[in-house]
Amino acid sequence: MGQLFAVELVYRGVFQKTLAKNITRGIVLAAHNEGKLGISFGRYGDSPERNGIPAKSFAIVANDEETLQAGMAQYEPKQVDVTVVLDDTLCKGGESWAWYGLQPVHHALKPGHTLIVISLQDAPTLLKSIHRREEPYKLAVLKGVTSFSGMWVYKDDHTDVRVLGAIAKALPEVVGLKSVEQFITDKLKNSLKLTSAQTAFERFKSIDVKPGQGNPEQLPKFELLKWEDMREGVSIKGQPQGCAYADPVTKQIGGFRPARNELFKKYSTRTQRPVVNFATCTKCTLCWLNCPDASFDVTPDKTYDANLEACCGCGICEDVCPVKDCITMVNESQFHDNHSQWEAFKKDHDAYLKWLEKTIESAEPEEKRAHGFRYRGQYKEQVPEALAIAQKG
Amino acid sequence: MATTTLPVEEKKQVQEQEALITGAEAIAIACKLANVDVVTAYPIRPYDTVMQYMSQLVADGEMDCEFIVAEGEHSQFEIVKHASVCGARVFCGSSGVGWMYAMEALTVTPALRVPMVAMVGNRALDDPGAFGVEHNDALAVRDLGWLLTWVDSAQEALDTALIAYRVAEDRRMFVPLALSCDGAFLTHSQALVEIPSAEQVKKFLPRYDRGELLLHPDNVISVAPQANEDWVMEIRRQNYAVTERACDVIREVYADFEKTFGRKYGNPFFEEYMTQDAEVVLLGMGTMSTPVKVAVRKLREEGKKVGFVRLRWFRPFAGPEIAKCLERFKAIGVIDRDFSFGSPNLSGVVATELRSAMYTGASTRPPVLDFICGLGGREVTVPDVEAITQSVFEAAKGKAQPLTQWIGLRG
Repeated sequence: MGQLFAVELVYRGVFQKTLAKNITRGIVLAAHNEGKLGISFGRYGDSPERNGIPAKSFAIVANDEETLQAGMAQYEPKQVDVTVVLDDTLCKGGESWAWYGLQPVHHALKPGHTLIVISLQDAPTLLKSIHRREEPYKLAVLKGVTSFSGMWVYKDDHTDVRVLGAIAKALPEVVGLKSVEQFITDKLKNSLKLTSAQTAFERFKSIDVKPGQGNPEQLPKFELLKWEDMREGVSIKGQPQGCAYADPVTKQIGGFRPARNELFKKYSTRTQRPVVNFATCTKCTLCWLNCPDASFDVTPDKTYDANLEACCGCGICEDVCPVKDCITMVNESQFHDNHSQWEAFKKDHDAYLKWLEKTIESAEPEEKRAHGFRYRGQYKEQVPEALAIAQKG
Repeated sequence: MATTTLPVEEKKQVQEQEALITGAEAIAIACKLANVDVVTAYPIRPYDTVMQYMSQLVADGEMDCEFIVAEGEHSQFEIVKHASVCGARVFCGSSGVGWMYAMEALTVTPALRVPMVAMVGNRALDDPGAFGVEHNDALAVRDLGWLLTWVDSAQEALDTALIAYRVAEDRRMFVPLALSCDGAFLTHSQALVEIPSAEQVKKFLPRYDRGELLLHPDNVISVAPQANEDWVMEIRRQNYAVTERACDVIREVYADFEKTFGRKYGNPFFEEYMTQDAEVVLLGMGTMSTPVKVAVRKLREEGKKVGFVRLRWFRPFAGPEIAKCLERFKAIGVIDRDFSFGSPNLSGVVATELRSAMYTGASTRPPVLDFICGLGGREVTVPDVEAITQSVFEAAKGKAQPLTQWIGLRG
């Protein structure tokens, strides 16, 4: 058997679907310039046409037909030579085919191989999110904002060729820089893109990540049932009703936390999260009422705490909140845990409010694009429109 | 034909009355006796007679149920699906392309383990828009987990409707069941039918108990949406397990039916007619049994030893039993009131299934000839059956015959 290489692109559907496809196609076509054969294909847990869904695109490259076939004889590669993460919030993990649960972003990466992340953050910061593993690997940051390149009218920001240049440096066995250059010249016919690929190649740097380095969080594991043990009628036992819970300081019991499926973590689709000012909250209930995923816990104080295991980051709560800066959506990559904000607030009001102020400052301004909507505040714009229509009857 | 084994006096106690009714009316009466909770309707010939008669029963105060006229067949089957999951005994039905329009809803009911009983008034699929009988409508769900049965008389329609509820609602089953009635020949033909009393039916048919699968605030479950996409194979295996149990359950229910009502159907899966000393045998489903039986008697008078096997249950297909029954004949002629274009030997559905059953279940290899006949409601005539039998006898003598022949075709 000849040599077989697999490259995995981890991206957010639907925004980065075309970008990921363009990159995996580029890998195959560039490698073909060296006489190699390959295929490019998409795999997904949920639909890659849905907003923010973690999805994957792969390129398999081989020296000969039979080796390629061996690589294709499985649903998706179990081991990959390079993993590229197109959105740094995915460093917290994503679901692959069939929701086998949340997996570390590098779960398929071969020991010693390279994880490339497109991010404005540095490697040590990213490692707060990327889970620990037992095998060493290399981590490279390709400086850049999360790209929507290739989607509808979004600007082509050269992310596709920058990734190709980085792969040529990280793993020249898959595809060399010359072949990438030839691919860009022949197929993309853009000399600026040629420069972008070369720059990415030259500036490429990676650090060694040692075993045990990174986010210590243990992801939930579960066993899939045998057919005799499964409930019949495609039915699932319902979650019990939720219940009241305790104030961490006063120990007073109150509020209501809905019960949630422990294995169905929705936060992997989140690219921004609500941060809540419990001091200015008027308890108007609008965030809690309008949340499409029932993500808000009612605290014993009767304020509303976004449960970050359940929140998928749509931003509707921010748009419906009538109090200025009471709920603010902030880029998810800044956070490295899903702890309760309300508990932090209860434990130390001043420290929390100070943290909140600093965090809100770093929030991207409204009208800047955000996943879920084309830009933050879009939902808010739709409210008067919908109201006008409703009033007209 | 079913025979009554109870003595006359006892029979009088058991039977409430005798009535001259169509097959469709017989099923409506069975639904009344079974105390069906939710009925959905949407008109299409020839199924619609059952809904007309049932709405009459409701209007007259004889039947207490939710009678919902849906805006199309898809909704018709969706409504009863949901009602059944909530614990209601349900009835619905359709014909021809109406049945096909409901296909999405028909597809999901077996996996959701919904014991709906549906009447299919068999009708040719469009085009052209003909009303005559053809079995391809009901057969469209044959691979999906539905139980499929064909009846040939109004009496059998009534009895089988009661049996259908017992079988479908048995906890070991919980799958939908289509009760097929040949359009016009059965749905619109009135015959004398013995109608059992409500007390007898109550004794025979226990309450529908959905148990832990009941969708109810006291039993909080979600049905379908939260199932993992990678559970498909295990869910299919569960439906396979139902089909493994189906024959035993059906045998039990027929035995209990006989005990309760005194009407004897013998082997539940097929009826044998003049097969005892037969050399060759014909096989078919539904009301074609009438001309075939007349032809068999005529041929017998001419000294030709021919018999007839009428298949009652197509799903489950009692393969080993049927093969064991048929292996003793020198040749078999299947009369298919359906088609399966492009199938092996270009035969109809029943012949193709039967050959498969014979290949594994029979110790002999009698030739199995197929005769496509009576499509679109065309008559299956006595001379047709005579011609078919002639060919089957030729095959029995070792003379090569075409594996598939079209009978009663112009040209």
